[in-house]
Formats: sequence, structure tokens, C-alpha cells
Amino acid sequence: MTAPFAQSTEINLKVNGERVRRTVDARRHLIDFLRLDLGLTGSHAGCEQGVCGACTVRVDGVILRGCLTLAVQLDGADVWTIEGVTETGELADLQDEFVARNALQCGFCTPGMLLAAADLLETGETPDRAHIREHISGNYCRCTGYEAIVDAIEATAAKRCGVPVPALKEAAE
Amino acid sequence: MTIAFGNPDRPNSYIGRSVPRPNAGKLVAGAGRYVDDVVLPRMVHVAFLRSPHARAKIEAIDISPALEVPGVIRVFTGADIAAACTPWVAVLAHLKGLKSAPQHAVAVEHATWVGEPVAAVVADSRAAAEDGLAAIEASFAPLPVVVDMRTALDAETPLIHPELGDNLTFQRLHEKGEIDAVFASAHMVVEARFKTGRHTGVCLEPRSILADYSRSEGQLTVHHSTQAPHMMQTVFARHLDLPEAKVRVICGDVGGSYGIKVHVYPDEVATAAIAKIMGRPVKFIADRLESFSTDIHARDHEIDGRIAVDENGRILALDIDDLTGIGPYSVYPRTSAIEGNQVVNLCGGPYDFQTYRARTTVVLQNKTPTCQYRAVGHPIATAVTEGLVDMAAEAIGLDPIEIRRRNLVADDAYPYTSAANMRFEGLSHHASLDKLIAMIDYDALRADQAEARKRGVHRGIGIASFIELTNPSPFMYGIGGARISAQDGCTVRMDPDGSVVAMSGVTEQGQGTEGMLAQIVAEGVGVPVSKVRIITGDTQTTPYGGGTWASRGAGIGGEAALQAGLALRENILVVAASMLQAAPDALDIADGRIVDKATGEARMPLEELGRIVYFRGDTLARDLPRELVVTRHYITSEYPFAFTNGVQASYLEVDVDTGFVKLLKHWCVEDCGRVINPMLVDEQIRGGIVQGIGGALYEECVYDGEGQLLNANMADYLVPMAAEMPDMIIGHVETPTRESLLGAKGAGEAGTAGAPAAIMNAINDALRPLGARVTQMPFTPERILTALGTIQH
Repeated sequence: MTAPFAQSTEINLKVNGERVRRTVDARRHLIDFLRLDLGLTGSHAGCEQGVCGACTVRVDGVILRGCLTLAVQLDGADVWTIEGVTETGELADLQDEFVARNALQCGFCTPGMLLAAADLLETGETPDRAHIREHISGNYCRCTGYEAIVDAIEATAAKRCGVPVPALKEAAE
Repeated sequence: MTIAFGNPDRPNSYIGRSVPRPNAGKLVAGAGRYVDDVVLPRMVHVAFLRSPHARAKIEAIDISPALEVPGVIRVFTGADIAAACTPWVAVLAHLKGLKSAPQHAVAVEHATWVGEPVAAVVADSRAAAEDGLAAIEASFAPLPVVVDMRTALDAETPLIHPELGDNLTFQRLHEKGEIDAVFASAHMVVEARFKTGRHTGVCLEPRSILADYSRSEGQLTVHHSTQAPHMMQTVFARHLDLPEAKVRVICGDVGGSYGIKVHVYPDEVATAAIAKIMGRPVKFIADRLESFSTDIHARDHEIDGRIAVDENGRILALDIDDLTGIGPYSVYPRTSAIEGNQVVNLCGGPYDFQTYRARTTVVLQNKTPTCQYRAVGHPIATAVTEGLVDMAAEAIGLDPIEIRRRNLVADDAYPYTSAANMRFEGLSHHASLDKLIAMIDYDALRADQAEARKRGVHRGIGIASFIELTNPSPFMYGIGGARISAQDGCTVRMDPDGSVVAMSGVTEQGQGTEGMLAQIVAEGVGVPVSKVRIITGDTQTTPYGGGTWASRGAGIGGEAALQAGLALRENILVVAASMLQAAPDALDIADGRIVDKATGEARMPLEELGRIVYFRGDTLARDLPRELVVTRHYITSEYPFAFTNGVQASYLEVDVDTGFVKLLKHWCVEDCGRVINPMLVDEQIRGGIVQGIGGALYEECVYDGEGQLLNANMADYLVPMAAEMPDMIIGHVETPTRESLLGAKGAGEAGTAGAPAAIMNAINDALRPLGARVTQMPFTPERILTALGTIQH
């Protein structure tokens, strides 16, 4: 066996508004850095190849895959996870809407889904359902069938823009 | 005790309302606690070396280089694990003739599928454990493989387990009536071959386990992502030679299960064995490749079906020949014969006919083992039945709705015993179909279809009626010898502050089990839902129970919770009556207060009663019972299963140039008996429909001729994504079961049971003018273009 390539590097960054200094292996992914080194377990590793979106976090204002990003790339970065945006309350309306409409079941995809949805809502517009579906197509959910998630995002956008909000779904008795 | 379910203004009327789930708040905050979030002192990680061959003799495994890798602590071979863990054989006595071979947690001499564990590396991190795997020098002698179920029983095919004598693990033939005579004289006979694609559950949270063993206490504690904690307690105890009482299984948040996490997996048992050997916490989290190659697969079936109808379109007989490949072992302890058995039980289920023959043949292959996945057997049986019914309708010129009207079991015909000898207490096929037709506006949809065809756009409408098996009794597993509880229990307790804690043996994997239980207990006791805390998923604290599978949580766990809640209410009222010098039946509990039953006038908050009972019991009459903890159990007994029914419709568009299917809209009317939380039920059905759509259009485990799984990753194995999914309209008919006060049946399988058939029938409705038909799932563009003759396969 050849000697491991891994060399450790010190990085300084901000995570959820707090300064963090850590020495990390070169092969350490962002998702593992958050979960294992910082104890921020709200972001999840689902596929580890950038497909499922469960590890979606916000770095320097854009959402990206925690499983396709190396921690050593993040020296000087500004990272936000579900724990941080919950603390600031910036997604409280969207989170409340997810709860009210049961737009989550097992909850494993939910933190990534919320950050992807927040990225769309940041435009300040009221996207149509097809646009919402397209935007969250990089985030897999195996439980809900997506419809309630689309409803929750649509309702949050409508409320933020002060336009009529789609009603909570009732069974077609 | 009765409850006026029909009166929404009754006190504490939580049953029947769309109350949000109390545990959703932590999940949207990222504060869930899944197994991989749990970290224990001295915890180590295990990774498994897995067979790269579908069938091979393990010649040698040299672990010494792995031991030199930084971070690696210990390496185990199959023999090392076998010394601490006995093998298992997955058979059930009531499935006559079912046979399988002993399966080890880590393969000892032979590997039988790509992905089977052959060695284990324990290290201080998962990454270091994987470094260790890369250093192991293992040599295999590849053997001829068995991959094609059609040739698995041929004389020249090698035997996967020679000691079994053949590759046949189970066969069942069910016959009722003079089938050959009926077919010979029938007005019309239609036949077709159907295939359902081998697919898997793709839980976003992979299988996860953290096992800890305390040598000083002789205690194994397992944090496990599972649907059946008590079943796993028994399994760990039995195979690791521990008393059951010394095994505790804790099940926190589970990131999706759908039946995938109700089985015994070799790597998980090996992890527990290693914890016992090392006397410290050991964590195993499957990665995605391991999930695809070692989570159970399902639905690998080929079915030849025939239907006989008379000149009026009445179904005379059904003849089904099912063949399924299950991998190299029957999966422990539920076995891999259940799915084929369900196909026999469920085909033709919605229809009124009594001449039936069905055979299932279950064979071994060198592929990932298959076992029960959401709606076990239902999507297969429904697709075959509903496909044949549509073909018969076409053959005699009947509308698909009309042929169903003429054949669905009448709503007043119950109790009814089907041709497969399934007993139905009460179903509502006709009422459900009527409701569906109104919801979809059938005539308008046909008009839209006709108008689109004029523009060269090929749209199709697909209808699928179905039955769904829920609330299983011991007839499912217990009578076969499996220690899987069909009974479930609930302990309800009132604390001094007047709040209520309920501990249940059914479990939560996102369906809303805890929300449903909180509503039921709140109504049963008479307190606000916010005053109820639910505890599930801990064998040390909850009543012994089966867990959550086969849509049993609401119907069985819910009834136990209701009975426990009502019993606690009675006990509280005995104390209250003494304190208030009233008759117990003159009082009631509403909204967390003792009230006068006749007037509703508040008499005393529960906090006051709690204060007196817990801290000033001396002021109560000496012989006054003051039991504020109550346990009740429930088991179904009159019917082996509580069957439900429903009907789905799909409206879609087939692009005949590309073969792509665009889903326009989907509907489901479903009868799960009493609906406890309409929102949660609807979301179960929507999620189930989309899993069914996955099997119909996208999902398939593709193997090559050497037994290699070619698409074991999320980029190549397609699952439904948001952009392709339709909006879904859900409606209900409610026929409560009379077996329980609650009246609830299950709702978890309905969506998945009916969606593939509805999609298939809709595609074939769209293709009908072009003379094409598809019956092999998933209906990929390639298969649709092949059916159209556009490409040659």
C-alpha cells in the first residue's frame, strides 16, 4: 500500500455565523466536516455522489452539495446549515408551512429540501408549480411524493408576496 | 364505551381531524436523531469487504496487511464471526415446503451474491475502516452463476446450495372450481405475460446500526434504524446467545423504511456480534452502493395470466402462473416466499368470481436477496388483474369502467370470501368507483383524450381497482413459528401536571404514527393533543409489540392506544368522583378538565387531581383505587387480515416519437375504514402512489449475465423526482372495521398497490389506436418504442 495521500490542513471559516478553526484531512468532505467535526447533524449524507440533495448547505450565498465539496476548499468561507437558519429564524415561515401541510414524513431529506426551497424563495417572486418542481428536482424525497412540499413552497412564496395563499388540502370527500 | 365519531362537535374530537404531527417540528429544524447522529464514548466503526462475485468459493482472506493500516483496530473473517453468532434459516412452517440454506452473518466458505459480506474491518473511523478493506488480500474462485429465473430449475443449471437438492425454494398451487372446463367453454379468453421489474426501496437514510455491549452487565444495547424493535431484540438474543432480557433495541428517528428496514441483515447482525466480542460500541452505516447491493430487493416476477369472460363481460375464471427469483437465501425471519404467496392471494381480489387457479414458483438466484417491500405482492397482483380486465374489456368492446361495474363484488355482498379464499369483512368497490368517476369527470376526460388525438397527441386513461391487506393477525407470521408479534400494546400514564404519556409498541418512520397515537390518546383520555407525549421505539420501556409494517400501526397500535386511553379516563373519573363526591358516570373529562357530564361545567383541572393523587394521597379514601397508569393490548381475531379497497386513475400522455411518458394527473379513492387524520392518510397515499409510479416507469435493478448489478447508484437507478410527478387528488369512502372500537384499517400500501396498474392501463389506452401494448415494467422509453415497432429490441 502506498502512503496515504491525506495531509491535514488548517482552515478558518464561519459556520452559522460563528468562527471555526479546525485542522482537517484533505479528503474530508464538507458533509463529514459538519457532521463529525462540528456535530451539526442536521445535514445528511444520502448518496455521497451529489444526486440526492440531502446534504445541501449554503456556502457564500449559494447552495451546494456537502458531499461533493471538500472541507479544505472552504478556508474563508461563510457556511450556513439548517441549524443556523433555524436559529436566525429566516426560514421560520417555510418551516411552519412544511409542518402545517405535512410536507415531510421521515425528515431525512427535509433540511436539504428546505435550503433548496429557500434558494428559490430568495428571488422574492411567486414561482409556478412547474418552476418549483424543477427547482427541487435535485432533492429526492421517497416519502411524500413531493406534492405537499410543492404546496408548502408555493404557499410561503404567496405569503411573502402578499398574494392569495393556496388553501390547505382537504380530502375530496 | 362508544364514541360518537359521526359528531365532529363531540368533546375531545381529535379522531378524524388533520392535526399536524407533534414530531415534525424537530425534523424541520434539523434536530432529528437518526442512528448516525448518535455518538458514544469509545465508539468504533465497521466496514465490510463484500464479494465482488455473484458466486464464488472464498479461497483465502489475508487480513494481515489491513492490520497495518493506520486507524484499523481489528479485522474479522467469516469464521471469526461464526464463532460468536449462529446462522439462521428463514422458513415458516405454514408455507409448506419452503426451504432455504443456513445463512451466516459474514460468509464463511461461499459467497452467493455481489455484495455479500466476507470480512469486516473495525477502525477508529469509517474512512480508516475502508482503507483497511482496500488492504485485505482476498482470493475467490468464481463459480458458474444462476441469474435467470426462467432457467433456475433446469437440470443443467448449477445448484446454489447443493444440500437443498434444487434451486426451488417454494411452490404453491391454489385451485378452486373447474378451471379447465370453464376456460374451454368460455365466450372469450384473453392472455398475456407480465413482468415487474426487480427494484428496491432506496431509503434516503441508509440502513444504520450502533451496537454497544457492556461486559460487566452482560447487556447489549442497539440503536437501530428498524421498523420492528422487539423482533430484532429476539433475533439478537437468539443468535448472539444472550437472554432476551439483556438485549435492548432503541429506535429513534428513522429516515424512511417502506418495508426495507423490517428484515434481518447479515452486516447488521455482524455489527452486533462484533460489539459483543469487543465489548464496546460499534457503528455500521451502509453507504449508497451497499444499500443498492444489500438492501432487500423486491418484485422480480414474471407472470402468465389468462382471464375467461362471458358474452356480457362477466369474469368467469382467472388462471395465474407466477415465477419469482429471490436471490440466494430466503430472508430472515419473514421469508422470501411471502411475496409470491401474496400474488396468489390477491389476484382477482376485487372481483366476484369463484373459479381460480394460481401458482407461484419461487426460485433461488445469485442476486441480492428479495423480501417484503411496501405493498408486498399487491402491485404485481393488481397489475396482472387490472391488465387482464382491461384486455378483456377491449376484446369484447366494453368500456373499462363498465366491465368493472359488472364484476366488482357488490357493496352489500359482505362478508364475502374471494376465489383465493381471502375473507372480506366489508369493502366498498362500487361506492369508491362511483366517487372516482365523479372526481375525474370521466366523460370530460374522454372528450379531452379524443380532442388531443385529433392533434396527434396520445393521451390515455387508466383505471385500477385493488384490495389491500392490512392489520395482519398471527396468521401472517406467528403461526409459521416466527417470533413476530401481531398483538400490540399501549401504556398510558397521567403525570402530576395532568399531562399524559403514552408508550406504544408500534413505531414511527415518518408515517405519522406518533401523531396518530397522540390524537387517539388525547380523545381517549380527554386532554388536548398538546398534553400528550408519545414514546415509541424502545424495547425497554414500551409494551412488547410488532412495530410498524403491513399497515398495522393505526388499526392495531391505534386501537390499543384508544382502549388504554379510555381505561385511564375511567380510572381518573373514579378518583375525581371521590374527590368531588359525585358518581363517576356523572362526570367526564374534556380538554384536560374534569367536567359535569350533563352540563359540561368545569369541576376540576387534571393538574389538581394529579397533585392530590401523587402528593396528598393521604387525603383520599384509603381503599380508593388510584391507578393512573393503564396498559391495554389489542389483537385482531375475527379476520386474519383487515382488507381495504380502493381505485386509482391515471391520466397521461405518451410521446410516441421518444417513448417518454408524461403524467398529467392521478386520482385515488381509498377506503381504510375510520380515518384518524385525513392529512396524514392522504400523504401516505400520495407517497405510496409515487413509489408505485417509480416501479411503473423508472426503477429497476439491472443485472448482467454474471450477476453484477449495473446501476447500483442514484444517478443510474432512477427514482421519481419532483419535476416528473403529477398532482394527486385523494378521496375516501369510510367502511370502519367492526372488529375494533376505533374502526381503522391500514392505509400505507394503497397508493403503491394500485399506481403501477393504473399507469400501465393508461399507457396502453394511449397506445391502443397504434396497436401497441406494454406489459413489462418499468415502462421505459425503450420498451414503449419497442412496442410501437419504432426500434427493434
